[in-house]
Amino acid sequence: MSSIGELRTLARGRRRPAPGPDGTAARKIRYPDAKAGYAFLTPWLIGLVTFTVGPILASAYLSLTDYNLLQPAQFIGLENYADMLGDRRLWASLRVTVVYVVVSVPLQLALALAIALLLDRGMRGLAFYRSVFYLPSLLGGSVAVAILWRQVFGTDGLVNWVLALVGIDGPGWISNPSTALSTIIVLHIWTFGSPMVIFLAGLRQIPAVYHEAAQVDGASPGRRFVSITLPLLSPIIFFNLVLQVIFAFQTFTQAFIVSGGTGGPSDSTLFFTLYLYREGFGNLNMGYASAMAWFLLTIICAFTAFNFWLSRFWVFYDD
Amino acid sequence: MTTETTDPALVSRSAPARVPAPRPPVLRRQVRSVLKHAGLLVLSLLMVYPLIWLVVASLRPDDEIFRDLSILLTDPTAENYASGWDAHRYSFTRYFLNSAVLSVGAILGNLISCSLAAYAFARLRFPLRTLWFAVMLATIMLPVHVVIVPQYVIFAQLGWINTFLPLVVPKFLATDAFFVFLMVQFIRGIPRELDDAARLDGAGHLRIFGQIILPLMVPALATTTIFTFIWTWSDFFGPLIYLTSQENWTVSLALRAFLDATSESNFGGMFAMSVLSLVPLFLAFLLGQRYLVKGIATTGIK
Repeated sequence: MSSIGELRTLARGRRRPAPGPDGTAARKIRYPDAKAGYAFLTPWLIGLVTFTVGPILASAYLSLTDYNLLQPAQFIGLENYADMLGDRRLWASLRVTVVYVVVSVPLQLALALAIALLLDRGMRGLAFYRSVFYLPSLLGGSVAVAILWRQVFGTDGLVNWVLALVGIDGPGWISNPSTALSTIIVLHIWTFGSPMVIFLAGLRQIPAVYHEAAQVDGASPGRRFVSITLPLLSPIIFFNLVLQVIFAFQTFTQAFIVSGGTGGPSDSTLFFTLYLYREGFGNLNMGYASAMAWFLLTIICAFTAFNFWLSRFWVFYDD
Repeated sequence: MTTETTDPALVSRSAPARVPAPRPPVLRRQVRSVLKHAGLLVLSLLMVYPLIWLVVASLRPDDEIFRDLSILLTDPTAENYASGWDAHRYSFTRYFLNSAVLSVGAILGNLISCSLAAYAFARLRFPLRTLWFAVMLATIMLPVHVVIVPQYVIFAQLGWINTFLPLVVPKFLATDAFFVFLMVQFIRGIPRELDDAARLDGAGHLRIFGQIILPLMVPALATTTIFTFIWTWSDFFGPLIYLTSQENWTVSLALRAFLDATSESNFGGMFAMSVLSLVPLFLAFLLGQRYLVKGIATTGIK
């Protein structure tokens, strides 16, 4: 089960027996490993407090301050949040990020699903195709690939070379504000291999008898896809969607390298995280950067909540 | 997969049947299969062409790189590798070593800390376990940017900026919760009878963990190792924030420095070093493919 599946199960809550009247003895029976459990958990708990919970609280406080690392933080109330409302670059960067997420994630998942469907059925060369399609998703996060991307979509790059073969004079994709973002979207789609592998594994788990029975009843391949494959795969598609959206909101390296660290041209690739980095670590506006981080978290939560709400209409749970 | 194979008994029984297999559908299926393979091969080529071109370009003389976008290499030269290797203040030996040290540290940290936590979650019964487990799952999804500023402040106060510590120490505290989850999933699949037998023989938890669970979860440890390596090796954000002086740069930071105005002209060197930076990732992919595919299939995260 996926992490989201687990969370869903936990959230629905398994009913547990109320503790018996005899406090300590019952406790001992219910939790025979209390000491050992916490002993094994200690490193994780320390990490949780030091690097997650503590920083979350600190970040919430810092977002209410003016802080530049050098002088002590000055409490300024909600001023950072008020400033964000009037910060046009911030809204522009949010727009860039949302466009990126909303376009690239569904396209990537759709391609991953389409290829996974083609590759199912124990076909010849399956291992080869899977490897070739999976490779880019392992390399896609690296600086080297982002550097390569600058060339692929450069004025004298591979894309324009191919276009020239058919007589089209392509633009400088990365230097043009109206196309720069799409190059990063293409980079994301290029890494469809990892969701594809997940979909392949999911398709394997659909019992073949379902398809056989439907075939006997005369169902067309299209019909079988809509009525069997899609519903049974929908939980897997769903958690991929949720996670990919969350991760896509945090895209940084590709935007940084492709734009040479500027988010340009004309802020067209100024991802929210890139703007946050520049405010926080470039201009040392740590308070403002913290407020931005909370804003980002809110947006991500909103998208996730929306996804969960939407899932009621299309995700099919067998249990 | 097994469900796909046709039962030979069924085949032989249906083969001598009166009705001969209708010819056109077979032909049509073959045509369709050829078309499918052709399409997939074209897509494969499209996917890897840029990577192949990168390798070929890195072996061309600097002034030819942008004149020739084919992947036919006439007379290869290693001069880009020489010029790229020494393009910055330190040679790439240093940057590769730094990346390697960071990767080894992160791998060790993740292996030790995540397996301990995973054993607790998967096998032990203690108060608040469900709560902690839910918290752990939630942290997988927490954006790093929410905690990055305070983390930076903490490390600054400890005097750890411009050292490897901020990038390694958290790994020893299981902050990569994804791997905890991966290992929990794996341990759940190990029969409990093995633990029980050991317990009857008087083994404590440390012993059960070390002598039974750990040896059996080697595949999960391998998956963790490979993913940690790939993520640490290509990490850019962490090193960008914490490693300020050139002597501590990782390969990612050194590559990025090629984009600065001063060395913009050395495309050959930049491509050559890009290729070299991808080689370890590619090797990890080749050696660990089995574990990678299993890992993402069981947990569903890239």
